[in-house]
Amino acid sequence: MAAYDLRINGSARSVEATDSDKPLLYVLRGLGLTATKFGCGLGQCGACTVLLDGKSVRSCQTAIGEARGKTVTTLEGLGTAAQPHPLQAAFIREQVPQCGYCTNGMIMSAAGLLARVPKPSEDQVRSELDGNLCRCGSHVRVVKAVMAASGQGG
Amino acid sequence: MNLDPRFSRRTLLQGGALSIGFAWFGAKPDRAHAQGAAASADRTLSPEAVDAYFVIDADGSVTLYCGKVDLGQGLRIAIPQMAAEELGIGIDRISFVEGDTATTPDQGPTAGSTGIQRGGVQVRQAAATARKALIEMAAQKLNVPSAELATADGMVRPKAGGNGISFAELLAGKRFDLKLDPKAPLKDPKDYTIVGKPLPRPDVPAKSTGTHIYMQDFALPGMLHGRVIRPSSIGASLVSVDESSIKDSAGVKLIRIKDFLGLVGEDEWTVIKAMRALKCQWSAATTLPPQADVPSLMKAGPFTRDEKISGTGETSPAITADARTVKATYYWPMQSHASMGPSCAVADMRADGATVWTASQASHRLRGIVARLFSLPAEKVRVIYLDGAGCYGMNGHDDAAADAALLSRAAGRPVRVQWMREDEHGWDPKGPPQLLEISGSIDAEGRILDWRTEMWIPEATRGLPNIPLLGPGDAGIAQPMGLSTGLISQNGGPPYAAPNQSVVAHWLKDAPLRPSNLRAPGKIANCFAVESFFDELAAAIGRDPAELRLKGLSDPRGIEVLKRTIALMKWQPRPSPATERSGPIMRGRGIAYIHYKFQETYLAMGMEVAVERATGKIKVQRVACAHDCGLIVNPDGVRSQVEGCIIQTLSRAMYEEVTFDRARVTSTDWASYPILTMSEVPKIEIDLVSRPDQPPVGAGEAATAPVAAALANAVFDATGVRLRTVPFTPERVKAAIERRST
Repeated sequence: MAAYDLRINGSARSVEATDSDKPLLYVLRGLGLTATKFGCGLGQCGACTVLLDGKSVRSCQTAIGEARGKTVTTLEGLGTAAQPHPLQAAFIREQVPQCGYCTNGMIMSAAGLLARVPKPSEDQVRSELDGNLCRCGSHVRVVKAVMAASGQGG
Repeated sequence: MNLDPRFSRRTLLQGGALSIGFAWFGAKPDRAHAQGAAASADRTLSPEAVDAYFVIDADGSVTLYCGKVDLGQGLRIAIPQMAAEELGIGIDRISFVEGDTATTPDQGPTAGSTGIQRGGVQVRQAAATARKALIEMAAQKLNVPSAELATADGMVRPKAGGNGISFAELLAGKRFDLKLDPKAPLKDPKDYTIVGKPLPRPDVPAKSTGTHIYMQDFALPGMLHGRVIRPSSIGASLVSVDESSIKDSAGVKLIRIKDFLGLVGEDEWTVIKAMRALKCQWSAATTLPPQADVPSLMKAGPFTRDEKISGTGETSPAITADARTVKATYYWPMQSHASMGPSCAVADMRADGATVWTASQASHRLRGIVARLFSLPAEKVRVIYLDGAGCYGMNGHDDAAADAALLSRAAGRPVRVQWMREDEHGWDPKGPPQLLEISGSIDAEGRILDWRTEMWIPEATRGLPNIPLLGPGDAGIAQPMGLSTGLISQNGGPPYAAPNQSVVAHWLKDAPLRPSNLRAPGKIANCFAVESFFDELAAAIGRDPAELRLKGLSDPRGIEVLKRTIALMKWQPRPSPATERSGPIMRGRGIAYIHYKFQETYLAMGMEVAVERATGKIKVQRVACAHDCGLIVNPDGVRSQVEGCIIQTLSRAMYEEVTFDRARVTSTDWASYPILTMSEVPKIEIDLVSRPDQPPVGAGEAATAPVAAALANAVFDATGVRLRTVPFTPERVKAAIERRST
């Protein structure tokens, strides 16, 4: 068992893991941060997306060893229902989620994009989110919400 | 935007009479709403009784207990809207409890797009019965004739004004003790103030901020994580297990019940690693047919019966000399529910009963399954619904529940099982394959002289209580055997004037993979065949397919949605295919229509596509849909469902087919079973026809049905190539274009 120091949603945390290959996904969920979802474990669907030092990554493909010393932001850390992040506020306003299992990944990937490109084009939003799958068909609303959150349209 | 905390899921769930605590994953001890199997309501749960649906508390708030569940389709707001409207109380005074067998009436599975049209209508009738009773009680107390009283804001008041009396005061802690009165008068829709409003769904804020507790996030104190190692081939038996292969996995315990093999442990990741490390040997089994042979094998049988689904007119009508006769075969392959989150359940099996937490569409049905599997009286089994990743029928949720129950019973602790991605894609029950052959004749005036549909489809075994589940099968627990496919023979005939027509189903005894009901069971493939074939008839006589549809329809609601779709599409009448299709990008438009199940929603759908000649890639650019589901309870909810229907079915039509070799499913991840991605989603325009005077019918399935036909018709218009086999992959489209041009 080794300890790994990292910052999660603004707080310094020391987490124990039996092996450095343990995916960040399971570390976060073990801490009660269950917004981050297991979808495939293969980096194909995006449901487990978090920000690592401000960049969107698949937490199922990010070993705790790689996250050591870094800053992790999850959907819970982005904002709350009382004080939502602009992306969360837009997702609520546009009534985006159906089942909502992909919503974490949609918002976190979009947050990664907006950090790099504050005013993306619709095509940029679509192509950034191509790696985030949705089965219910909430896509149209996702794009609308991301555009609105970046202060465009909505 | 609604951020009102009173609408949070937690509050809604806590509205019920359930309060004993348990721990969520990690540190969320305050989230509590459920307890063990022994809990049961101190009131009747008969779906015939008003008290099964409504409890009015002393403070005047109402708890609505509903057997139908919100799978992401918005019942969590729509059904309370119907109840609040009919009772005469603000919707913020209603708490909603759903899908808990200990507290909600059995209203049947949340399936077949019946949530509103049956479940909601039942709740509405219960509310109307309650309102009538409350008014009668108030009439006595106030000494005013019932006819002069009305309900509003949780009070009964004289219509003329003056003091009222609250529901809580009228009931004074008593129950209604009334049966649902089918004659209890319903509110006049013109007086509606809550139904018809696009109220926000109460779960959206928590889903958008990461605090919504899904089935996959639920945990109990002392709970173990479990994984099941499925056989290497379908039908294989377990020859040997090398326990030493997981000796380094601290605290992981192996559980074997005949061919059922599972692992449990305290830490989920450790269990997953052990699952990957475990060495075991399975017998060889090659039970599957060659995939390419499935359509021909479906025609060969064996069949349990042939059924004439519908038919009118002569068997051999006179075909006029100017008529054209067409015959075509359409095939829809097996498809997966492909839920975003692998199926999950938690079971707590004890000597005196069982509690199962599930995301199944049918908690009451699952209660019966668990009772039968483990020889428990049904009243000792409690099944509690929690939201899962979307299921669109019966996916793996019920199997995961049985897995968790088997492991919990063996381990003597509560066990959570979440499937891995390869389990979900590999082992979820599949949408069945469908083969249709249609022949017909049409005269030069566009009159359909003759129409014959034959379909070859896996049967839905009569009286089968449920699909045989995987875990119990491997564990050697006897289960009723058979197939469950849903109502897959509906919409097999033309919705247009056709005096001589018949639809015959050849019911197959077997299916290559375990089938189940997958969204709009059967209707998607049937409408694909019927509406493609109608276009083939139109093309045979050189007529515009939209005009010809209008000519064949007599139902004014059908005509309305078709005309509105034609308007949205700015449709210019001309025959298909388009005359200009020589360039590298070929463009076309298509249209399709359905009267869902011939008795529910009316809708028409138009589509514009561009097809790339060099690659065969279809780009759907625009979809327009006019949709009439009668009374609209929540227009934004309906729009959301129609969008979802269109996008999901475009994915199914363009990409999806479960692949398998002779032993097992080979499409076991998102690379081998791709679905539509963000960049490919078209512009969608929806026109909702509002008919407050009509009963509310379903919106969760109907708009899936015409998607593939509208797409195939648009591709034909663009390219002159008729696609009759799903999915319309670039390879398939390219090959068809090349065949045509050679």
